[in-house]
Amino acid sequence: MDQETDLNEAYDAEDFSLDELDDQDLVEQMHDDLYDGLRDEIIEGTEILLGRGWSAEAVLNKALVAGMQIVGVDFRDGILFVPEVLLAANAMKGGMGLLKPLLAESGVEPIGKMVIGTVKGDIHDIGKNLVAMMMEGAGFEVIDIGINVAVEDYFAALEEHKPNILGMSALLTTTMPYMKVVIDEMITRGIRDDYIVLVGGAPLNEEFGEAVGADGYCRDAAQAAELGPELVRQRKIAIGA
Amino acid sequence: MTETIISSLTKEVRIGFEQPFVVIGERINPTGRKILANEMKHGDFSRVEADALAQVAAGAHMLDVNAGIPLADEPAILARAIKLVQSVTDVPLSIDSSIVAALEAGLAVYQGKALVNSVTGEDEQLERVLPLVAKHGAAVVAISNDETGISEDPNVRFEVARKIVERAADHGIASNDVVVDPLVMPIGAVGSAGKQVMHLLRRLREELQVNTTCGASNVSFGLPNRNGVNSAFLTMAIAAGMTSAISNPLHAEVMQAVHAADVIMGNDPNCANWISKYRESAPADAERGRRKRRRRPAG
Repeated sequence: MDQETDLNEAYDAEDFSLDELDDQDLVEQMHDDLYDGLRDEIIEGTEILLGRGWSAEAVLNKALVAGMQIVGVDFRDGILFVPEVLLAANAMKGGMGLLKPLLAESGVEPIGKMVIGTVKGDIHDIGKNLVAMMMEGAGFEVIDIGINVAVEDYFAALEEHKPNILGMSALLTTTMPYMKVVIDEMITRGIRDDYIVLVGGAPLNEEFGEAVGADGYCRDAAQAAELGPELVRQRKIAIGA
Repeated sequence: MTETIISSLTKEVRIGFEQPFVVIGERINPTGRKILANEMKHGDFSRVEADALAQVAAGAHMLDVNAGIPLADEPAILARAIKLVQSVTDVPLSIDSSIVAALEAGLAVYQGKALVNSVTGEDEQLERVLPLVAKHGAAVVAISNDETGISEDPNVRFEVARKIVERAADHGIASNDVVVDPLVMPIGAVGSAGKQVMHLLRRLREELQVNTTCGASNVSFGLPNRNGVNSAFLTMAIAAGMTSAISNPLHAEVMQAVHAADVIMGNDPNCANWISKYRESAPADAERGRRKRRRRPAG
């Protein structure tokens, strides 16, 4: 048996064009392709749907965000692993490259916005980057302001981007108390309730999140991508938006 | 040849280029261990004791003790944990905290020559931790990052390590009492992490001639079958020059990788340790074919 037939049997893969699929099948195929981290296929699928007259918003929500939700659930449940989630996020970014200008043009607001950064004194960024990617996968616009972020830099970013969520990360017991410094300063300036504050990082726990006055503690990136949109949704309902 | 001696009251461990690889048990660490964190916070150290005994039984040469619990009195808890561990085992300890006051409290109660874990290349840290290490005549783990972050360029990290070694010398700490941690990033998120570390380990050994250690289990974060990756990583890192690691001795694959690497590096004379660990158990009638050792009469 030559290698090609071998592969075909293994994957049950016959070449087909995404264009041949009807809308429903194509969206499902895109969910699978996101799951498999196939960036080129996601870009192509996005182009096809747009070409068929879909709005950018519909493509984003039905094809990309819905697909990333499946990825998030399987990541949370230990079926998918970090490198696979990074590939899926990268595939989604491919599609987003096409959708972003269209969304901006049509004035469609993202599901939410998040400013995220690792607190002052702490230079660890892998966990924070994972959260940023998962949040983008959930349809958020994420503004990553990097590592070693001082309180004034958090405030500058909040002022500039007006996000729904402020996310803070720390990997050290020495740096995590800085989260309270930022939240206390938000209270002092009377802007605490303008934002949902989420915190995370290896040494943290639920109790610590509560003690510093955050709205939520996220154990991992998958949880952030579930809790973040949920809290934004609740708040929109609460203010009748 | 570079040798770092760490000791308890009764036992000495040598980390060195021509010594068997030193496994520092990682389990006594409440990070990510909710139950342990809660117990330690409320003064229950029974799990700490059990973890200490189990790791030593599994072959750990040293134990790392960490008490990084949010909203708790870390210096006091760390000191208690160290006292307790030293009362139930005789292996030397690594005192693990990013809080200087906790390191100080740990060193104050420690009996022997401890390994202080850790100091980074940040100036403020260096000036606070190194005098403490010098005062207690301890050894120190030097983490190769500074204010600017963890560089993905291993040569930048090498320079940070060199700076720490030089600064330690200014405080009267010899370079063989500085054990450099090259920083192992999760390979699942940073694809080049393995190659970076191997490159850095070679330079640290050949140019800076220092001992090395790392949190070995980091490498497999976010991957399935973590023990498989961890044990391959340890084997390769030992070949590249690593001389100790903070790892989980309760995983048989990990210990087997370390013991085999010792054999291959020529640090297990006559393979004696390997043979004694893995000789198939003798059959029931083991008397046959094996001569009983005769004892010469005393005197």
